[in-house]
Amino acid sequence: MKKYLGIVLTGCAVGAAAVVLTLLGNPGNMGFCIACFLRDIAGAAKLHSAAVVQYLRPEIVGLVIGAMIAAVAAKEFKPRGGSAPATRFALGAAVMVGALMFLGCPLRMVLRIGGGDLNAVVGLVGFAAGILCGVFALNRGFSLKRAYSLGKAEGSVLPVGLALLFVLWLVQPGLFAFSESGPGSMAAPVLAALAAGLLVGVLAQRTRLCMVGGIRDAVLFRDFYLLAGFAAILAVTLVGNAAAGRLLFGFAGQPVAHTDGVWNFLGMALVGWGSVLLGGCPLRQLILTGEGNTDSGITVLGMIVGAAVCHNFGLASSADGPTLAGKIAVGIGFAVVAVITVTNLQKRGAAK
Amino acid sequence: MNLPVIDARGLACPEPVVLTQQAHRQHKQFAVLVDNKVAVQNIARFCQNRGLALTVTEENGEYRLEIAAK
Repeated sequence: MKKYLGIVLTGCAVGAAAVVLTLLGNPGNMGFCIACFLRDIAGAAKLHSAAVVQYLRPEIVGLVIGAMIAAVAAKEFKPRGGSAPATRFALGAAVMVGALMFLGCPLRMVLRIGGGDLNAVVGLVGFAAGILCGVFALNRGFSLKRAYSLGKAEGSVLPVGLALLFVLWLVQPGLFAFSESGPGSMAAPVLAALAAGLLVGVLAQRTRLCMVGGIRDAVLFRDFYLLAGFAAILAVTLVGNAAAGRLLFGFAGQPVAHTDGVWNFLGMALVGWGSVLLGGCPLRQLILTGEGNTDSGITVLGMIVGAAVCHNFGLASSADGPTLAGKIAVGIGFAVVAVITVTNLQKRGAAK
Repeated sequence: MNLPVIDARGLACPEPVVLTQQAHRQHKQFAVLVDNKVAVQNIARFCQNRGLALTVTEENGEYRLEIAAK
């Protein structure tokens, strides 16, 4: 059982930090949401003009920098890249289209279930279905081919760039957009958000916490290591929300959520499938970016651009439900992911 | 004896383990090359779960994992 200790404690810390961040001001069931927060950052940087979702979320900066610090300390800051970057960019954008259909990344899906939001249970079923599509592809030789070692400077560009953007935001906030209403206006104090991000960034780097990896490894290898982290987050948020009087089971009236089951299912199915092809959930992509993995960095950029496109073209859902444009975009997203899957099946020869 | 060798260097998670699993179905004894600690840990967990013997040697940040059925 010892091998599970670190991942379970990390899951507990993530769940606890998420509940605390919502109590300190983050939107409901949104202690962390990589998709929503990257979308908010895109808005803060004026890449989209949806006035209700613009805020430079310090949690994201903390996650990447925390992972970088942990990786450097453990001599695991080993920059690498070159594994199908353009394809990864497209997959990142497709994952974001799915996440903004559902209104959350896989981590927020777990946090939403932990807050009693049953729409997220529907999302989880879709997520698992999407992961099965990805596992099917992996078993048939899907690969984005190998990455290669890169210099320390190359691996530092994205984490350091993000940190500099954050400093600029602190000293010159007038350059950025800030939501005055809506989810983007709801935020924990900057220091608390940054500290929570740093803590989770360090722990997630050490334990390799990944939301998509949990179900994937359980199906592929009967390995339950990552799933234990997933379960710990869920358990702690359920208990934490109950203790805070915020646990409310139901479909209607859940914070930053809609009740369209079909599209909650399909949105998360797209996220699950795309994330398996990418090798990790959006949280894991941020952590790997902190480790100097530029393929993951490109994926994060794809997610940011995807988020901007979603809000510029009315693809993202709201509490009122999905939009027609969003449904069409999810359909296109599935087509893109399917084509990427089929065109990257490698013929594997026998071992040399 | 020349072991069958699977080159999983540079491949993203979880491909090294997928290749290990496929090789395990074909060979009683084989070697896997990887170039990062996460892959080593993942394959080690796979071997532990399946009761396979594993020896790891490291050279210049690359790892050779020799795997055999016990």
